Amino acid sequence: MNRYQGKDISGCAITGIMDKSGKRFSGKTIIDSIAIMHERSNGLGGGFAAYGIYPDFSDYYAFHLIYDLEKAKDITEDYLKKNFLIKKSEPIPIHKIKEIKSPFCLWRYFLKPKSEKIIFMSEEDFIVKCVMYINVQIEGVFVASSGKNMGIFKGVGYPEDIGVFFRLEEYKGYLWTAHGRFPTNSVAWWGGAHPFGLIDWSLVHNGEISSYGINKRFLANYGYICSFFTDTEAIIYLFDLLVRKHKLTYEIVADILSAPFWEDIDRKSEKKGEILKTLRIIYASALLNGPFSIIAANTNFMVALNDRVKLRPLVASTFKDKLYIASEESAIREVCNTPDKVWKPKAGEPVIGRLKE
Amino acid sequence: MAKQVILSEFIIERDDKKCIICEVCVRMCSNSVHSCETNSDVVLSDNKKCFGCHFCEALCPTSAITIKYNPSEYKPNANWGTQIMKDITKQAETGGMLLTGMGCDKSYPIYWDHILLNAAQVTNPAIDPLREPMELRTYIGKKADKIELNYSKGKVKLKTILSPQLKVEIPVLFSGMSYGSISLNACKSLARAAFKIGTFYNTGEGGLHKDFYKYGANTIVQLASGRFGVQPEYLSVGAAIEIKIGQGAKPGIGGHLPGEKVSEKISETRMIPAGTDALSPAPHHDVYSIEDLSQLIFSLKEATRYKKPVGVKISAVHNVAPIASGIVRAGADYIAIDGLRGGTGVRLRL
Repeated sequence: MNRYQGKDISGCAITGIMDKSGKRFSGKTIIDSIAIMHERSNGLGGGFAAYGIYPDFSDYYAFHLIYDLEKAKDITEDYLKKNFLIKKSEPIPIHKIKEIKSPFCLWRYFLKPKSEKIIFMSEEDFIVKCVMYINVQIEGVFVASSGKNMGIFKGVGYPEDIGVFFRLEEYKGYLWTAHGRFPTNSVAWWGGAHPFGLIDWSLVHNGEISSYGINKRFLANYGYICSFFTDTEAIIYLFDLLVRKHKLTYEIVADILSAPFWEDIDRKSEKKGEILKTLRIIYASALLNGPFSIIAANTNFMVALNDRVKLRPLVASTFKDKLYIASEESAIREVCNTPDKVWKPKAGEPVIGRLKE
Repeated sequence: MAKQVILSEFIIERDDKKCIICEVCVRMCSNSVHSCETNSDVVLSDNKKCFGCHFCEALCPTSAITIKYNPSEYKPNANWGTQIMKDITKQAETGGMLLTGMGCDKSYPIYWDHILLNAAQVTNPAIDPLREPMELRTYIGKKADKIELNYSKGKVKLKTILSPQLKVEIPVLFSGMSYGSISLNACKSLARAAFKIGTFYNTGEGGLHKDFYKYGANTIVQLASGRFGVQPEYLSVGAAIEIKIGQGAKPGIGGHLPGEKVSEKISETRMIPAGTDALSPAPHHDVYSIEDLSQLIFSLKEATRYKKPVGVKISAVHNVAPIASGIVRAGADYIAIDGLRGGTGVRLRL
């Protein structure tokens, strides 16, 4: 649970790199990519999501916890012990650097749910429940990430400094996303930094969701409690609901989150129009309004999406097996100077990168 | 003991210097307030009969008449104010229930009036509202929890079939106002306005005049405890059917249209004899529980072959949320929640 109130609204830099063949590469690349967009953030938040970094513990849920209050650690660990088998518990390694002031305790756990806890619900639902419990019920701690073979590293500072702070050049992953934050009206705190995570989901976001209130109420009906006071959190829960629970494809999810306008739907063929209309009727409250560009990722996918009229920048590029997505083309050229293809995705049109089997 | 006098509410002031004794006030007043003896050079007015319609004042060619509120005061008392004293006296004198029109006449707060809708700065920093598009189209009706789709050979097919929905181009619906409580022309202007802006008007409990069947696609037909004008064509001509359980201005009490107002046309529309009082019972006599309501909802759905949404209107009373939730579970496609200002006709005075 966090002690900072008020909705977070931000304008930022985002970037994502995926090797679709699953080949792992060092975190240095993504740090270089986000660093070139220094001007897009203001030092009040930066973070990274990395997939494939814990191959030795790939069967365990890696919980990255950020402790805000000392007393929270004992309470949280009691809770974890009750619900999980703890394979490993250790501090997240850091470099002490002057740019990052960390009054927090940063800890990671490799966990497996106790078998009696998942008799009546799926493993993923149980993880979601535990993450919600820790974030909402225990004061002074929040879960940065909770997926298998992945982790989220984030905090208050410029993203390139956060990357050094968390020693990301020492990790190797096949999918990385990064975020530099420029909040415009909320307290900068470690929980409010991006990426946001839930199970193996991570999300980075540039822009703002003016539909946050209705999205939050919609999600509450499905058991998702928004507790970080930021719109980004709502988007990641929507992805989890629509993709994992409702089993929809990313193309359909894009038609829900960045739905086409009614006047465009009215012009579509009857069959296509009926699907789009039904989607908008059922998922009316999941529509995201306001300017945004986002990159969502999970174990197998990296997906980028713009708002309905493209009010925030988004560029995509491919080079061999790699897919690059960023706020600015410079961030791609910085780490890949001979891309095969560079394009600017249209409003509401998703860019989907899928890990090869 | 002598009967206590009911004080007149209004005072009629006549400037005799201006009065030309044209007697238009005498002829036009429906309560015979004014009178003039043959060959008399003065028109008399009885304040007690006046209830302040200002008709005479408006018609007077020389502006000789002014209608004023009677400022007569009772002995000050915080609990027993002038209005209460007058009402008690009036009720005791007449034995009738005191009525008032146009919803609750007390100054209770209306939250709606304090909502300001302004799209100027929905994002921060403010962006041009014309660049962030606003869409108003709304669908009213039962929604599925999730969509079911069939994917085959790269094609997507819809499996979920939604129950009937009401499409509104602007999310403002007209409240129920019956023919009888308002005139035929007023009904017509509501119907035409609803048609023009792509929303719905509501017949209230007074039935639907045959001339308005052509506006059926923009009409919600209501079924209240009096069942006035309810017949198969009425149910099938509207876009949706609304069961009125409660009205915000008079929760738990039915409508009351005095016989004087029941003209030939109204009689035909309501399917009652002309000149009879149209009194709606407080409850529906076939709905004494949520189970009964559920049966009524499904009777209406059966009668219209499940082609129309069936909604339920309830008053915004204490505990309205679980009531609404129960009604949705009983099969209603939508719920209309009515505030205390709603009421064109009569309500009992609080």
